[in-house]
Amino acid sequence: MNIVLSHLGDYAHGMEQTVVLTLVSYLGAFVIGLAVASCRVSPVPPLRAIGTLYVDIVRNVPLLVQFFIFFFGLTKVGIQFAPFTTAIIVLSMYHGAFVGEVVRAGINTVDKGQIDAARALGFTFPAVLVQLVLPQAIRSVVQPLGNVFIALIKNSSVAYFISVVELLGTADRLNTETAQGIPVFIGAAVGYLILALSSAYVLRQMEKRLAVVR
Amino acid sequence: MKRSSSGPVLGDDLGPRAQRMVNIVSAVVVLLLAALVWIGVQRLRSNGQLTADKWRWSTNLRVQRFLLVGLLNTVKVAVVAMVLSLAVGALLALGRVAPQRPVRFVATVVIEFFRAMPLLLLILFIGLTFPTHHLPVGAFWYLVIGLTAYNGAVLGEVFRAGIASLDRGQTEAAQALGMRWWQTMRLVVVPQALRRMVPAIVSQLVTLLKDTSLGYVLPYEELLRRGRELGQDFTLHQPALQSLIEVAALYAIVNFTLSRIARRLELHQRRSGRGAAPAVTGALEMAALDAQARTMPDPT
Repeated sequence: MNIVLSHLGDYAHGMEQTVVLTLVSYLGAFVIGLAVASCRVSPVPPLRAIGTLYVDIVRNVPLLVQFFIFFFGLTKVGIQFAPFTTAIIVLSMYHGAFVGEVVRAGINTVDKGQIDAARALGFTFPAVLVQLVLPQAIRSVVQPLGNVFIALIKNSSVAYFISVVELLGTADRLNTETAQGIPVFIGAAVGYLILALSSAYVLRQMEKRLAVVR
Repeated sequence: MKRSSSGPVLGDDLGPRAQRMVNIVSAVVVLLLAALVWIGVQRLRSNGQLTADKWRWSTNLRVQRFLLVGLLNTVKVAVVAMVLSLAVGALLALGRVAPQRPVRFVATVVIEFFRAMPLLLLILFIGLTFPTHHLPVGAFWYLVIGLTAYNGAVLGEVFRAGIASLDRGQTEAAQALGMRWWQTMRLVVVPQALRRMVPAIVSQLVTLLKDTSLGYVLPYEELLRRGRELGQDFTLHQPALQSLIEVAALYAIVNFTLSRIARRLELHQRRSGRGAAPAVTGALEMAALDAQARTMPDPT
C-alpha cells in the first residue's frame, strides 16, 4: 500500500482528469440527448428517422469501437483531434443516445391534455417542447439520468485506450513503473468507489429536490 | 386513435398550415442531410479511402471468415459469461434478501463494490495479476471472470429489484401456508420475479456483448481485435477505417436484433398483464418507466 500512499499526487491528478472528462461529457451528452429526444417526438418524419437511426446505431456499437473509429479511423480522412478531445466527443455522443432514450421515456409521462391545450392556445411545436414538455419530462426522469451519469464515470475509463491518463491510466502507468499491479489497481478501485459513492449521494439529494412522480 | 409507429408525436393530427410547415422543414432536413452525405463521400474520395484497393478485402472469403470467427469468439465469451453472471446474480440477489443479517451485508457490499468498478479496471487487473501468480488459464477465462464479476453484480441488483417489485402478499401468503424461507423463494418469489426480469436480462446481454470488446487489452481474439489486425494488414492495403466500419456493422446487427427481442418481450409482458400490477395508474406508469429505464440505460 506504500506505493499508493507515495503516489497520492498521481492518483489525485488521475481522478481530476476522470472528473473533468465525466462532467464535460455529461454536459455534451445532455445536450445531444435533448436534441435526439426532440427529434424523435417531432412531427417532421426525416427528423424522427434521424433520431431513431442515431440511437439504434450508437447504442448497439461498443464504446471502444466508437473510440477507435474516431481516433484511428477519422485520421484516414484527415480529421484528427487530441486524445482528450476525442474522448469527450465520443463519450458525449455515446451517452447522448442513452440520455435521449431516458428523456423520451420522460416525455411519454407528460399529460397529453396539456399538449393539446398548448396547441389550442397557438403554441408552435418547438414552443410546446421547450416551454411545456421538456421541463416536466426531465424532472420525471431524474433518477435514470443519474444512472447515466454514474455509468459515464465508469465508461470514461475506456479513454485509457487512446492514452488519456485518467484514473485507470494512472494506475496502469504506475504499474509499469513499479511493477506492483495489485496495490496500484486497488488504489484506482478505491478512487472509482469514492467517485461513484459521492456522486450517488449528490444525485440522491438532487432527486429529492427535483424529482416529480406522476 | 392511431399512433405513428416511430414513436408518439406530440398532440393531435396536424392542421393544413402546420402540415405545410412540416413539409417545408422535412425538405430542408433532407437537403441538409444529402449535402452532409455528399461532403462525407468527397472527403473519403479525396483521402483515397474509396479506391478499389482499400475495399478489395471485403469480397475476400478468407478475410470474411477471419472476421466471422472473431464474431464467433465474441459470442462465445458473451454466452459463457452471461450464464455464469445469471448464476452469480441469482446468488447475490438471494443473499440480499436472506433472513440473516451478515449474509445480507456481504451480498450488499459485493454488489455495490463491483457495480461501481469500471469493467476495464477489473479486466486489466485480472489480465495483469493472474498470469504472474501462476493461474494457468487463458485470455478467454480472464475475460469471462471479469465480465462475470461485473455483470453478476449488476444482475444481482436487477433480480433484487424484481423480487422487491412483487406484492408483499405473495410472501405473506406463502408463509401463512407454512412454507419455509427457501420454499417461499423457490416456489413463489423467484419464478415470478424471473419472468418480470426477462426483458432486463436480455438487454443486459446486449451490454455484455458490447463489453466483450474490452477483451481487446488481454489480448483475446474477439471481433474488434481481428478488425484492427485486418486494418493494419499491408497486403490488404491497410483498410483501417473500412474494417472498423464492418466491425461496427456486425456488432450493430447482432445487438439490434437482441434489443428488438428485449423490446418485444417487454411489450408482450405488459400487454398480457404479467408485468407490474399495482392498482394505482400513476404507480403503474412509474413502474413501466422504471422498467424501461432498467431495460435501457446503464450504458456500460
